[in-house]
Amino acid sequence: MSSDQERLLARAAREVLPGQIVNLGIGLPTRLFHYLPPDMDVLVHSENGVLGSQPVAHGAEPDLEMIDSGGAYIGTRPGASVFDSALSFAMIRRSRIDITFMGAFEVDQHGNLANWKIPGKFSPGIGGAMELAQKVDKLVVLCSHNDKHGNPKILKQCRLPLTALHCVSRIITDKAVMQVTKAGLEVVDIAEGLDVASLRAATDAELIIDETRLGRF
Amino acid sequence: MTRLNQKHTAIETAIALIPDGASIMVGGFGSPGTPFALLDELLAQGQKHLTVIKNDANEPDIGIGRLIRAGRIDRLITSHIGLNRTAIEAMNQGHLAVEMHPQGLLAEKIRCAGAGHYGFLTDIGLGTEIAQGRREIECDGRTWAIEPAIRADFALVHADLADAYGNLVYRGTAINFNPLMAMAADKVIAQAFRVEAPGTLPPETVHTPCAFINHIVQVDSATSEQGRRAHVV
Repeated sequence: MSSDQERLLARAAREVLPGQIVNLGIGLPTRLFHYLPPDMDVLVHSENGVLGSQPVAHGAEPDLEMIDSGGAYIGTRPGASVFDSALSFAMIRRSRIDITFMGAFEVDQHGNLANWKIPGKFSPGIGGAMELAQKVDKLVVLCSHNDKHGNPKILKQCRLPLTALHCVSRIITDKAVMQVTKAGLEVVDIAEGLDVASLRAATDAELIIDETRLGRF
Repeated sequence: MTRLNQKHTAIETAIALIPDGASIMVGGFGSPGTPFALLDELLAQGQKHLTVIKNDANEPDIGIGRLIRAGRIDRLITSHIGLNRTAIEAMNQGHLAVEMHPQGLLAEKIRCAGAGHYGFLTDIGLGTEIAQGRREIECDGRTWAIEPAIRADFALVHADLADAYGNLVYRGTAINFNPLMAMAADKVIAQAFRVEAPGTLPPETVHTPCAFINHIVQVDSATSEQGRRAHVV
């Protein structure tokens, strides 16, 4: 894992508050497990039907009947429960999950998210992303600021098929932490060593930046 | 309905009830809860032109992945097939018709059939691509999409523990779609690692009551080893 990703994840872990119920999406967000303080009282939800998962103890033999939604073996912490898929999504639709972290292909300044389909190239199905995006009160997107060709992923308007409309609260990339507000995308933190002009150049969306209040990460 | 004391069935006999062209619900999310032994018997017996309803497509060489590779499934109703490259290729080449649903809607459509309803109303997916082709109605000043229930001719489910009447207990994240599917199909064949005498399971621990189960098949727990993936967080 790159140092950019490690810095992003360390920053993202600060979004989680003690006592919360947290869902970690497939891919980068799953790595957040390792950035939460070990003594922090949070329950991690996985939509295949577990509340209170944690990584398999180092060196322990995994239980073959215990996986998360990404297919990785997991253990459970005290206070955990397991349940069927309909109940798991009832928990999501009833907004009993406090915060969810997801990856993105594109995200825009209106809080729209596209992370499930690239027509003609990638269409494995949406899984649980649509309901999580639509119903969890706080959705934090974790993604690289630009794609591998350098194109911006933080846009004025998403072009790909949407996962959900007006669903994103906050975006955390290797370059910035941005809050979705009614006025637009407000930069909260900027990466250490990056200047505002470079951030704007790497971004398609219009950014609201108050340099006197800007944090570093 | 199968008589209570006649449900314990040999695997060959149970699977032989499934004809060509049947619709079959298959439990499991990834490997846990997938009835691998029943699926391998289905592969061996040769039924074809099947419609399968399963959350995912397993992986290429296990579970329904084997049936897809053998060209035995015409249509798959699912939520995500990203871990099965063979299924994606079969879909892209037009050999496999794939109907995708958001995972929670798929679960609820199955739950709804199991509860004896036509369907349900939801706001999930309004304004997105999945809303295309759905019927919408106005209720109490809001727009709702109609989601019809999904039933099937057969369900193949996996339980950790059963009794000979067909009461089922699931374990860990192998619960997933199994209790929903056990209620939503006309004939339900359950495999279990252990089948005990009636009276062994404390009543309040039963997840699926035996009224929903037609056939119970005891399988070796080694069959779940097929689903093992070397993957830890």
